[in-house]
Amino acid sequence: MSLVQLKQVSKNYQMGELSVQALKDIEIEIAEQSFVSFVGPSGSGKTTLLNLIGCLDKPSSGDVFVNSTLVNNFSNKAAAQFRGEHLGFIFQNFNLLPVLTAYENVEYPLIMVQNIAANKRKERIMHYLDAVGIADQKDKFPSQLSGGQKQRVAVARALVTDPKLVLADEPTANLDHASAFKIIELMRQMQRDFKTTFIFSTHDPKIVKEAEIIYTLEDGKIEDKEIIAA
Amino acid sequence: MKNIFKIAIRNLLRYKRRTLMTSLLIIIGIVLVIVFSGVSVSFKSMMIGSITDSMLGHLQIHKKGYVSSIDNLPLHLNINEKGIKQLDKLLEKHDDVIEAYSYRIKFGAMLSNFQETTNIRLTAVQPQMENAACPLLVDRILGDVQDPSKFIEQGKIIIPENIAKGLKLKPDDEVVLVANNKDGSVNGLSLKVSNIIEGIMGPSGRDGFVHIDDAKILLRINGNEINEVSIRLINPDQLDRTNKLLSEELSQFTNKQDKPAFELHTWADLSPFSTIAAIVDLLIITVKIVLIAIVLISILNVMMMSVYERVSEIGAISAIGTLPSKILWLFIAEGFSLGVISTIVGNIIGVLTLFLINLAEFHFSFGRMKNILLETSISPSDLISVSLIVIIIAVISSLQPALKASKMQPVDALRHV
Repeated sequence: MSLVQLKQVSKNYQMGELSVQALKDIEIEIAEQSFVSFVGPSGSGKTTLLNLIGCLDKPSSGDVFVNSTLVNNFSNKAAAQFRGEHLGFIFQNFNLLPVLTAYENVEYPLIMVQNIAANKRKERIMHYLDAVGIADQKDKFPSQLSGGQKQRVAVARALVTDPKLVLADEPTANLDHASAFKIIELMRQMQRDFKTTFIFSTHDPKIVKEAEIIYTLEDGKIEDKEIIAA
Repeated sequence: MKNIFKIAIRNLLRYKRRTLMTSLLIIIGIVLVIVFSGVSVSFKSMMIGSITDSMLGHLQIHKKGYVSSIDNLPLHLNINEKGIKQLDKLLEKHDDVIEAYSYRIKFGAMLSNFQETTNIRLTAVQPQMENAACPLLVDRILGDVQDPSKFIEQGKIIIPENIAKGLKLKPDDEVVLVANNKDGSVNGLSLKVSNIIEGIMGPSGRDGFVHIDDAKILLRINGNEINEVSIRLINPDQLDRTNKLLSEELSQFTNKQDKPAFELHTWADLSPFSTIAAIVDLLIITVKIVLIAIVLISILNVMMMSVYERVSEIGAISAIGTLPSKILWLFIAEGFSLGVISTIVGNIIGVLTLFLINLAEFHFSFGRMKNILLETSISPSDLISVSLIVIIIAVISSLQPALKASKMQPVDALRHV
């Protein structure tokens, strides 16, 4: 069964009088528990595609289904609620809250998004901090962590709400190669351990080989779909 | 909500210098308002107190139409014995709010030292009643007054300092008063100067005092007649309420034309100082408006900068599912916390400053009254009102930046560098 389904999705941006087509007639189906990568050069439409799947943006035409829900016409509030319940995000710049410790950053979506009771939170947070190997750094603020450590915290934050799908836009772009590889391995491990679907974008050919399915984008079109043997 | 405030406080501490500067600006504003209010309100109260306690009383009753021709000191608008009895009954009935009252006859006369003559305005009083209604009156008398309740005796006159100097009069000198009674006939009375009195604003004015029984002889008043009642209240803060209460009850007394027989005025209606008091109030309001402007502009500025600097952060928390309403509250809580912290510190410093001013014992003079100790004070209600103003304005000024943050599209915010 497909977790993500895009039917004839196009996205246009208006730049003054000029209309730029970022995505053209995209047809994708992504099954649950898969580990998918979007690759392509800058401007190929990777981020736009992730934004549409992540209910952060709306398509100009076509339909986007996530978890069997048509997400095209969500209001801001409904989209936020849907993201909070079903999706996790990992960002290129980590985007941790600088005023919160690693523990509190992972706790944030449980308090501010899902409103989980305090007694249930601690166990869950420590479980994910352990899983990403950062439990010993839990009381440090983001400014006291390295790039790789920050991204591990971000992975824990994305997973702590038990989302069906985690979207990661260039999660390794700001990391050195060793750290980048470790993060992709970690995401892969998490996908196996927690049966979570991961979709990430990258233009690093070494990293991309870790994915099960690779979609290659160029000029807003899917040029190739490659299934890598496990 | 606890977590929203935790994040808000930490965000304030994140930009320590900026928060400190903004907070300092608000604190200075609050301290200024508290000190200005504390000093000016105390000054105003002392001034009003000296006017009401040494001259006017808090309220005055006259026969209807008297105040409009008060400069002529008319005697045909005297209150007769029947009216006095009605007033006695009314004023005694309200002894829960009225501390004392004094009956007066005010009239104009000619004063002669047997060589020169000048005009004088006289207030004839029963000294015990007058001292109870205006206890600071004796403070204006130059020289010692052995018994304030007998500050003027029959056969004596207290003359104003100006006239004493002009006619070269001193205590125990003989003078003659000549006055017209209400029928127009002239009568004279020899009196001895007992004391010299200074006007409330200093050595000016032509107001003297005689005993009410001497006035009745001079003005050939048979029986009991007065033309002014000065009333002292137990609590001056109850002035408006008592004014309304007595006005209603006085309106029940009518004259032969079935019109109100009496008129009631507050000290503010009768004294030009009420304008100065109003200006002091206006200045306090002006200082409060300046404070509002300081809080509004500084918090609006700091919150707008805060939103602008944290666009991608807003995008991230929005992307992970934070509802727009919670983003709104995050920023409002920041402005609110800044307002509350500044208010607490500002109130503490402001009250401490007033305490230090009192400790330093500043003295000043006002007219006859010298060496008045400046006793500053501020009421809890004033502190609460200043605090509420700051906090409400802090929230209002956070609203626009907070709305801007909550309405941001996560996709645009995440793209922001």
